[in-house]
Amino acid sequence: MVSVEDYVARIEGTCGEEKDVIVVFKYDKKDEAIANILKKAKLKNTIAGIIFELTFQDISFRLYTSGKAIFRSIKNKQELNNLLANLLL
Amino acid sequence: MDIEAIRQDFPILKRKINNSPLIYFDNAATTQKPRQVINAISDFYENHNANVHRAVHTLSLEATDFYEKSREKIAKFINAKDWPEIVFVRGTTEAINLVAYSWGLSNLGKGDEVLVSLMEHHSNIVPWEITSKLKGFTIKYAKVNADATLDYDDFESKFSRNTKIACLSHVSNVTGVINDVKRIAKVAHDNGALMLVDGAQSVPHLAVDVQDLDMDFLAFSGHKMLGPTGIGVLYGKKELLEKMQPFQGGGEMIKEVAFSQDKGCSIIWNDPPWKFEAGTPNICGAVGLAEAVKYLEAVGMDEVLNHEKALTKYAVERMKECSKVTIYGSNDLSKKCGIIPFTVKGLSSHDVALICDNYGIMIRSGFHCAQPLHQQVLKLPSSDRASFYIYNTKEEVDRFVEVLKEIEQL
Repeated sequence: MVSVEDYVARIEGTCGEEKDVIVVFKYDKKDEAIANILKKAKLKNTIAGIIFELTFQDISFRLYTSGKAIFRSIKNKQELNNLLANLLL
Repeated sequence: MDIEAIRQDFPILKRKINNSPLIYFDNAATTQKPRQVINAISDFYENHNANVHRAVHTLSLEATDFYEKSREKIAKFINAKDWPEIVFVRGTTEAINLVAYSWGLSNLGKGDEVLVSLMEHHSNIVPWEITSKLKGFTIKYAKVNADATLDYDDFESKFSRNTKIACLSHVSNVTGVINDVKRIAKVAHDNGALMLVDGAQSVPHLAVDVQDLDMDFLAFSGHKMLGPTGIGVLYGKKELLEKMQPFQGGGEMIKEVAFSQDKGCSIIWNDPPWKFEAGTPNICGAVGLAEAVKYLEAVGMDEVLNHEKALTKYAVERMKECSKVTIYGSNDLSKKCGIIPFTVKGLSSHDVALICDNYGIMIRSGFHCAQPLHQQVLKLPSSDRASFYIYNTKEEVDRFVEVLKEIEQL
């Protein structure tokens, strides 16, 4: 059974007052992860097709074709896990 | 200075990141390594590896020779009076901790004061905060002006007869501002205090003469000056190091550990610098650092600084073309190294760094381990930082500005 861990290599809290969270996707699964996310999230903006500004379940985030996503206003780890599960699986 | 020739020495600069040529602008965090340093490390492990100081066999003597010659090389590089003033540590952080614990625990107590500035890296704040809790001394924080330069009047006014040590970064790791540490050292000494300088961002970028600047302690890291990670230096005046207690206990740092049934254990410390180098040191790290110093000497430290200043001036001018970009810190580029802190209106620093990453440009985002400076002076939740070194070019700056202009469209 596929899980969030199959796609996510690392989750990092950022340094700074903004408590953003950066999700780094596994290199060999990043294209699949990005495709899944783009299917489900609502696209607000994009730059040159490599950076996507998206919303999903009232949470805005940015997705990068380098295989990273930055989420803000995430309350806790559980909320992020649920969000990633809904986006990726 | 032939930058193209220099770039040929750095294999990593041929890499592509996210399908774009690597542009490495995170040099204040760590620098890339030239082939000469990589080869010196390989050569050591392939041909000379053994533990130092502890054996009579040929390899050990060779390794010891490499290690101690590295120390001599670094002593000359910063114009120390003598090689025993060079203590090998893991990096700047460990060097400052060494002083805070070895010197601080024996020389600081209730009523004493340690003077630092609000622009310090956490590594020049936290060790003093920890030891102040243990010993009850006070830490005074000197102000920083709105343009992120040191408020010299405030710093100097905070000296008192209770001040035992002043601790100041030579170059800010956030803004690149060069502090006049010679001036502060003189005031410190006039007040009977010592002077510790955090040289993490200065020794790699400009000629530092510890005798001319009259520093009592200087801390710096190898990996920020083309050397390997895990090696750094604490310079300390010999007479101070001789009086200080060891930082850690173990092998190498003792002359004798005698035991008798009636008197128990009696230990005689080794002489500096070995008194402060417990256990097997980072031998190969020292060898790599010495090779990095050799490389920088061949380029010339004045050339290094001039190149960085010219590139910073060019980058600042080009970045001003970006309407949503704000650059922080002093406008006086003559007193700055190659560090540019900035923000892009409407975007978090991490967004900007991630977007740059997408284009193969490596910059730093966050507090850069200087939260007090961000919150008390710059009034920023975080910032982006582009920092340059000898292998960076105007063409890379041009590409960076192009990307910033694209970012502004978001």
